[in-house]
Amino acid sequence: MSTIESPRPAVILREAAKPRPRWQVILVRPETVTFLLLIIATIVATRLSPFFADLGFILESSTYYVEFAIVALVLTIVIISGEIDLSPAAQMALSACLFGTAYRAGAPIPVAILVSLVSGLAMGAFNAFFITVLRLPSIIVTIGTLILYRGLAQVLAGDKSIGSFPGWFVGIDYRMIGIVPVPVMIFIIASVLLGLFLGITILGRQIYQIGTSEVAAIHAGIRVRRIKFGLFLASGLTSSIAGLLTASRLGSVRYDLASGGELTMVLIVMLGGTYIFGGRGSILGTFLAAWLLVIIATGMTVANIAINAQLTVMGLLLIVSIIATNAIYARSQR
Amino acid sequence: MSATGPLVSARGISKSFGGVEVLRNVDLDLMPGEVHALLGENGAGKSTFSKILAGVHKPTRGTLSLAGQPVEIPSPIAAQRLGITLIHQEPISFPDLSVAENLVIGQVGARPLGRVRWAALAQEAKRLMALLDVPIDVTKPMRGLSIADQQMVEIARALASDSRLIIMDEPTAALTPKEVETLFKIVRRLREEGRTIVFISHRLEEVRAICDRVSIFRDGDRIETAWTADLSDAEIIRRMIGRPVADYLHRGTSHVGAVALSVRDLTLPGRFEGISFDVRKGEIVGLGGLVGAGRTDVARAIFGVAPASSGTISVDGKPVTINEPSDAIALRIAFVPEDRAIAGIFRSLPVETNITAAVPEKIAPRGIIRRATEKLLASQSVEKLSIRLASVRQPIGELSGGNQQKAILARWLLSDPEILILDEPTRGIDIGVKAEFYDMIGELAASGRAILLISSELPELLALSDRILVMSEGRLTADIPRAEASQEAIMFAAVPRSGRHTVSGAAA
Ligand SMILES: Nc1ncnc2c1ncn2[C@@H]1O[C@H](COP(=O)(O)OP(=O)(O)OP(=O)(O)O)[C@@H](O)[C@H]1O
Ligand SMILES: [Mg+2]
Repeated sequence: MSTIESPRPAVILREAAKPRPRWQVILVRPETVTFLLLIIATIVATRLSPFFADLGFILESSTYYVEFAIVALVLTIVIISGEIDLSPAAQMALSACLFGTAYRAGAPIPVAILVSLVSGLAMGAFNAFFITVLRLPSIIVTIGTLILYRGLAQVLAGDKSIGSFPGWFVGIDYRMIGIVPVPVMIFIIASVLLGLFLGITILGRQIYQIGTSEVAAIHAGIRVRRIKFGLFLASGLTSSIAGLLTASRLGSVRYDLASGGELTMVLIVMLGGTYIFGGRGSILGTFLAAWLLVIIATGMTVANIAINAQLTVMGLLLIVSIIATNAIYARSQR
Repeated sequence: MSATGPLVSARGISKSFGGVEVLRNVDLDLMPGEVHALLGENGAGKSTFSKILAGVHKPTRGTLSLAGQPVEIPSPIAAQRLGITLIHQEPISFPDLSVAENLVIGQVGARPLGRVRWAALAQEAKRLMALLDVPIDVTKPMRGLSIADQQMVEIARALASDSRLIIMDEPTAALTPKEVETLFKIVRRLREEGRTIVFISHRLEEVRAICDRVSIFRDGDRIETAWTADLSDAEIIRRMIGRPVADYLHRGTSHVGAVALSVRDLTLPGRFEGISFDVRKGEIVGLGGLVGAGRTDVARAIFGVAPASSGTISVDGKPVTINEPSDAIALRIAFVPEDRAIAGIFRSLPVETNITAAVPEKIAPRGIIRRATEKLLASQSVEKLSIRLASVRQPIGELSGGNQQKAILARWLLSDPEILILDEPTRGIDIGVKAEFYDMIGELAASGRAILLISSELPELLALSDRILVMSEGRLTADIPRAEASQEAIMFAAVPRSGRHTVSGAAA
C-alpha cells in the first residue's frame, strides 16, 4: 500500500488508455438508427410492391416530400442552435402567393421570383427580430408568425388559386438531370453543402456550441445573436425557394399551399436524430430521414394503405425516433 | 469511536468508465462521528467514490455495507432513504425555482399530492439559511446566485435532510474565510451529534482545521488512511502527487508599465457603485472581498456579459465601449468565469472543441476548421496544464471538476490576452498544478500582461498580487500595496460596516 517512492511519469500513460471502441462510436449514433430504419423500410416496401425495385419511380414520387425536406435541412441547423422555426410552411405559402400576385399584376416571372425571395428574407428577419432582439422564445414567436403568415396569404390571394404561369416555369418536378428530378437534385446538393457547412466550418462548430450552452458560447465570445439572426434569415430564404418549387410543380398557388408542412419538416428533423433541445444532430441524419419518409409514404400509398393509417404510422415513427435519440444521448452522458 | 463499528465500509470498490478504470479496489471505513477527508490530485477519483456512496454511480466491483449491513445503493433517492447526502462539486439546482423551493426538493417523505405549505416552507428555508449565517433572500430564484451562494444553499439542503452521512465535495472552493468558518462550526456540531462527514478539499489548512482522518487517493488507488495529526503537509503532498511541490515565490514587481485597463465610476445599481481602479501592464491586481461583495459583477461588467449602466472603461488609455464579450475579446481581454459548469464548458462537446472555443481564427484562418491544428493546440494545452483525460475527443463533461477548470484556463491562455481577468481561477485545482499555474500567471505578468485576479483564497491573493483591492457591499473599500497586505488587512476592509465606506474610489 505504500509504493509511493517512484515519481509519476510525466505523461499519464494509463489514463491515455483506449477510449470507447471505434465501432461503438460509429454504431451508437442516432443517424445509424435512421439508416437501419431506412433499410428495413426499403425491404418491406419492395415486398409490398414490385414497383419499388425501380429507383426512378422512387425519385419521381419523392418530389412532394423533397420540398419540405429542403427546408428541413435548414430547420436542422436552427434546432441544433437551440431554437425552432415552425413558420416555414406558412412562409412558403405567403411567398408563393406574393409571387403569384406579382405575376398576375403583370410582373415578369424573374421579377416575381425576386419578390418571393425578398419576402422570404423579410419574413425570416421578422422572426429573427423578435427572437434575437426582443429575446422572446422562438417556439412562441414562430407559432404566432405561422398563423400570421398563413393569414396574410389568405388575405392577399383570397380563396382562389392563382395560376396560368408560363410553360417554362411550370413542372420543374418533371425536368430531369439524368434520372434525377431537378428538385431532388437541389435537395441533394443542398444536403452536401449544408453538411459541409455544419461539419467543417467554424460557423458550423459555433452553432453546435451555441446549442450546447448558450451562456458558455456568449462567454467564449461567439456572436450568438448575429448567428441566430442569420439562421432565421436562411430559413426564410429557403422557405421561399421551396414555395417556388411547389408553385412550379402545382402550376398554381393558393393560400393553403404546403399546409401542415411544418409538422412534416419537424418529423423529418426528429427522425434524423437531431436533439430537440439543441447541440446535437446532423445534416446526414436529416438527409436519411427524408428518404425514409419518402419510402414509407410511397410504399404505403402503393400498398393502398389509407391516409389515416399512414399518419398513424408516421406518428409512431416519430415517437420511436425521439425515444431512440434520447436514449442514445442519455447513454453517452453517463 | 472504536467501541462501535464503522458506519460505512467499502470493500474492493472499483469503477470503470468506457474501459478506463478510475477507481481500483478501494477499501475504506467511515466511523460514526468523524470528519474524514478525501485528498488527491484532480482526477484521482474522489468525486467518483463519493458518487458511488451517494448512489449516482454503480461500482463495477466491490461491496458496501452500512452500519454492518451489506447494502446496494442503486439511486440517489435510495441513498437519501439510507441517510446519505452528497453535496455535489458542481451545485446542481433548478435555476427557475426559488431558493426555498430548491432547499426542499428531493426531501424524502413528502407526499406527492400533499399540499405545499408555502408559508411553512419559507419559514423553514429562512431557518436553515440563518443557521449558515448567509444573507440570501429565500424567495429569490436560484438563477443569479453566485457560486458561493449556490454552494451555501446546497449545504443548507444537506442539513435539512437529517442524514447520517454527509459528503461534501469541495464545498469551500468558492467560499471566503468567513463562510468557511461558519461551515466549520456547523460541521463540528454535526460531528458532536454523531454524524459522519466526508470532506473533500484541495486546501490542506482546511483539512487540518476540521478533519480527524484523511484518506489519500492517487490514480484511483487509495494510497493511505491516517490520522490527520500523524501526517505533515509535506508527507500528504508527497503521497498525493509523488513529488514535493515548490513554494511559489513572488517574482517582485519590477516591470510595471503603462496603464492597460482603467475603469472609472463603474456603477450597476444594486450590484456595485463608483468602482474606479487601474491595472498596469505587468501588474497583478488582486480583488478580494466576501462572498456577495460584487467582485464577480465588476468582472462581468468589464467583459461585457452584464455591462455597467454608467461609468467608463479605457484600454491602453482609450475609452472603449464593451457591450458584449466579443467586443472585449476584440480588445484582447480574456475572462475566466467562476461558474465553469454554466458559463465555461460545453458539457457534451469534445475537450479539444472546448479548449479552442475562443480562438476561431487560430484553428480556422479561412473559416474552415483545420483538424490537425486544433488537435495540436489542444494536446499542447493538455500537456502544459497536465489535464488528465482519455482522449482530447472525449466530452469534457466526463473530466473531473479540476480538469474541466484546467481546460477552461487553457482556453483563455490560448487566446493570448493582453488583459486577463481571472475569477476564482484555481477553484478545484489541486496543489501540484496550482503552483505551476501560479508560475504561468507570473510569467504572463512578467511579459507585460495586465492581470486582475479575483480570489476567495487569501493565501493565493497574497502570494500573487502586487496590489490588493478589496470590495465590500458593492464598493471598493481598500487598495492595499503588497508590502502592507495581510489576511487581517484584507478581512478588515472586507467585512461590511454599514454606513462606513470611506475609501471608495481607490484608484491610484
Ligand atoms: N462520466 C464519466 N465518464 C468517463 N470518465 C469519467 C466520468 N466521470 C469521471 N471520469 C474520470 O474519472 C477520473 C476520476 O474523476 P473524479 O471526478 O472522481 O476525480 P476527482 O478526484 O474528484 O478530481 P477533482 O479534484 O478534479 O474533482 C477522471 O479521470 C475522470 O476523467
Ligand atoms: Mg471532484
